[in-house]
Amino acid sequence: MPKVEAAERQFVRFTRLQRILHVCMIVSFITLALTGLTLKFSYTKWAAVLSHLLGGFESAGYIHRSAAVVMFGLFTTHLVDLYRLKKREYATWRALILGPGSMVPNRRDLTELVATVKWFIGLGERPAYGRWTYWEKFDYFAVFWGIAVIGSTGLTLWFPVFFTRFIPGSFLNIATIIHSDEALLATGFIFTVHFFNTHLRPEKFPMDITVFTGRMPLEELMRDKPREYEALVASGKLEDQMEEAYPPIVTRTIRAFAWVALALGFGIVLWIIYAVLFAYQ
Amino acid sequence: MAKTKITLRKWRLGIIVATFLIVIFALRFSERPVRAADAPGAECLACHGDKGMSTTRAGKTISLYVDGKKFATSVHASFGCTGCHADLEGKDFPHDKPAQVKCGTCHSDEQALYARSLHGKAITRGDPLAPRCVTCHGNHDIYSVKDARSAVAPLKVPFVCGQCHQEGTPVSRNRQIAQDNILGNYSESIHGEALLKKGLAVAPTCATCHTAHSILPHSDPASSINRKNIAATCTKCHSQIETVHRKIIRGELWEKQANILPSCPDCHQPHKIRNVFYELGMANADCMRCHADEKLRRARDGQSMYVNLDQVTHSRHSKIACSQCHSEVNASRVRPCETIVRGVDCTSCHDEIGKLYATSIHGQLTTKNDPNAPTCKECHGTHGILGKRDPQSSTFAVNVPGLCARCHREGQKAAVRYTGTQHEIITNYTESIHGTLLKNGLTVTATCTSCHTAHQILPRSDPASSVNANNVPNTCGQCHHGIEEQFENSIHSKRVSGYSRPLPVCNDCHTAHAIHRTDENSFRLNVMGTCGRCHERIAATYFETYHGKVSRLGYTKAAKCYDCHGAHDVLRVTDPRSHLSRANVAATCQKCHAGATRRFAGYLTHATHHDPKKYPFVFYTFWGMTGLLLGTFVIGGVHTLLWLPRAFQMRRELRVAEENAAAELEKTPAQKSASTMKEEGPDA
Repeated sequence: MPKVEAAERQFVRFTRLQRILHVCMIVSFITLALTGLTLKFSYTKWAAVLSHLLGGFESAGYIHRSAAVVMFGLFTTHLVDLYRLKKREYATWRALILGPGSMVPNRRDLTELVATVKWFIGLGERPAYGRWTYWEKFDYFAVFWGIAVIGSTGLTLWFPVFFTRFIPGSFLNIATIIHSDEALLATGFIFTVHFFNTHLRPEKFPMDITVFTGRMPLEELMRDKPREYEALVASGKLEDQMEEAYPPIVTRTIRAFAWVALALGFGIVLWIIYAVLFAYQ
Repeated sequence: MAKTKITLRKWRLGIIVATFLIVIFALRFSERPVRAADAPGAECLACHGDKGMSTTRAGKTISLYVDGKKFATSVHASFGCTGCHADLEGKDFPHDKPAQVKCGTCHSDEQALYARSLHGKAITRGDPLAPRCVTCHGNHDIYSVKDARSAVAPLKVPFVCGQCHQEGTPVSRNRQIAQDNILGNYSESIHGEALLKKGLAVAPTCATCHTAHSILPHSDPASSINRKNIAATCTKCHSQIETVHRKIIRGELWEKQANILPSCPDCHQPHKIRNVFYELGMANADCMRCHADEKLRRARDGQSMYVNLDQVTHSRHSKIACSQCHSEVNASRVRPCETIVRGVDCTSCHDEIGKLYATSIHGQLTTKNDPNAPTCKECHGTHGILGKRDPQSSTFAVNVPGLCARCHREGQKAAVRYTGTQHEIITNYTESIHGTLLKNGLTVTATCTSCHTAHQILPRSDPASSVNANNVPNTCGQCHHGIEEQFENSIHSKRVSGYSRPLPVCNDCHTAHAIHRTDENSFRLNVMGTCGRCHERIAATYFETYHGKVSRLGYTKAAKCYDCHGAHDVLRVTDPRSHLSRANVAATCQKCHAGATRRFAGYLTHATHHDPKKYPFVFYTFWGMTGLLLGTFVIGGVHTLLWLPRAFQMRRELRVAEENAAAELEKTPAQKSASTMKEEGPDA
């Protein structure tokens, strides 16, 4: 039977820390979205019900700020991890940023974007993507940007008395708009575009769980990131990055978690659509 | 010779007789020298001065003696005997029985009164027991009433009347007289005691109340003791008595409304008047002879006429006799109550309240004979009326809502015809702060009557109503002292704002019947909508900022309208006394935000992104962010939509590849492991 032979070796795409951070990010992000949107869409019946379920607005506020602390924590952890990566594998920040595994967009991403659009409209072949596609890089920096913008405005709103020692009180109004609209952008984008691009593309349906397991079948790497595969084969490092696949019980658990996250995300999207388009005041 | 002898004899006899007479007259004159010559009736007294003179009439021996001495000192002495016995003038002795003396010849006024009186009519009827003038005044010994010797001197009057009007006399036995033991009762009364025991000659005698000559039954409208007149009769002496009785009745009403008010004898029974309030048991006992019967029914409609006297004696009216309320009784009837035609009129005593009631909506309905109209007894009961401080009373504070609920509870007769906006008032009141406090026994809390008044209840549309918008602050202010003052100095007061349009009063924010504590969640959460009823736009913008949003989620601690603007002392923010004036705003924010500064207060609590003029930063930030969102979503969306067909294409190709692989797998088991993963993925 297949299970007996499940000790197949798979390509490791994400480190253990990265996977943990992504799970933390999901929990924290969904929590922030749910608690925050109750306030943004307080005019919908949904918001009142949800706020009530969360133990009232006051406790929803606590949950929101706790989740924010988690978010700040994982953001910091990621920065520290980057620093350690730089120390371990790259001599300088510049090397890290310009290196082949870099998340920073470059000229090739632009050409791949153009090639991709051509492929979409039938004017070319699918580009041979490398380790990080341009949309993955976009998602990554969207989070960077989001944390900076939402985090800073969030802190202002968290400690208004302190911050109004330096800024006028009306900036709190501006901060509120930026915080909530940027959050709306983040949730809306993550739960639609990111979900589609990364987890729910028809060819990967029902779900790509690579970010949770950290590993992907070699065929998928060959198909999805041919340039990376070729580079690894060429450098002979492919075998170093192969590990045994998780047993089905683990993948099943992961899938269950992922489904919950997806469902929550889609629920939130529906709620946003309803609140913005049909119940807007 | 013989002839001379006879003549001499005649002369001798004449001289002897003359001498005898002269001696006698001389003796007489020596006794009464002044009157001897002109004393009237001297001739008559020649005979009637004999104490033994008598005659027999109808088998009875009657003395014909006249005490000349008394007559001579009487008021009639100067008229002589024939002044009254005119028919005997010039009659020869012995004369016949003289005609009846007609006192009325001179005393025509008295005669006229007498003729109309009870006594005079009895004479006309030929009643042998009827008294004539002489019966009371005597005949030959008539003195001025001021003379102690007079038979009708005050001290003697009770006995003059008592000759007939006391127990055991033919009059008391044979004639219908409602009162019994009259002389006995009188002599023990305060009047009798003053006259007879203390010798106070001005104390009222029988004649003072009944008059001397115009004695009439009390049922006669002309009688001095008729219900209508009794007050006038008593106040002849008790002229300031209304000041004593003011609590019960305004004195003037006794005369104006004598027919319906209780009259003096209703409380102070005739002939038994004491200077203390004594038990009024007697009249009640008369009523209870019939009304104590539990089976007593009114013939007309079968309604029970049973009266539980025990209820009465424990009621506020324990000292009030039946007849004081059921005032048309006629004591001279066998059934004194048969003369009653009206119902009980409480206003005869409770006059002021009666007037208030008449103006109230309840009273107006009563006037219209509305069958639903509540009268006094609907609320107060009948025989068992208790004071409002008695916990058993229907008008005791705790019982008032239940009392009003009888008609005003949803579905009851008053609620059914009500067309206003207040519904479930009893339920709402019971759950309100006032109702809760009342349930906890706080009897000074507001009940229905505290706001609506007890007797002056009017619909709120009536300007005189205690719950009319103009009067509500005052009504609430009766208990909520200080608040009213604040309110009257706030912008919501017409005096301050000068607005002519309707301004809110207490109940517009607190509601009328469902009043809750203002620190209760329900109030704090509802107040925003309440203010928003008038301040529509500003309330809408409140919900666009933090305080409003979290309040809408049910967060009660967030600032509500009145937390910043003040509750009863709302003023324009430009007013230096306002909680939001430049000087006060930071302190107002500090109530929640410890350490808040003037700059913190710069937070725009009513900011809206819909108003580029008032809030340009907010407006442009919002649209900037909206642009960012739209741009991102459009790009992301288009990218995804374009991707979809390719993605599906890839999926199809993958399926084909998988099928091929599976087909191959059966041929070459060596490749099995690679395709297993592919199969497992979708299945897991």
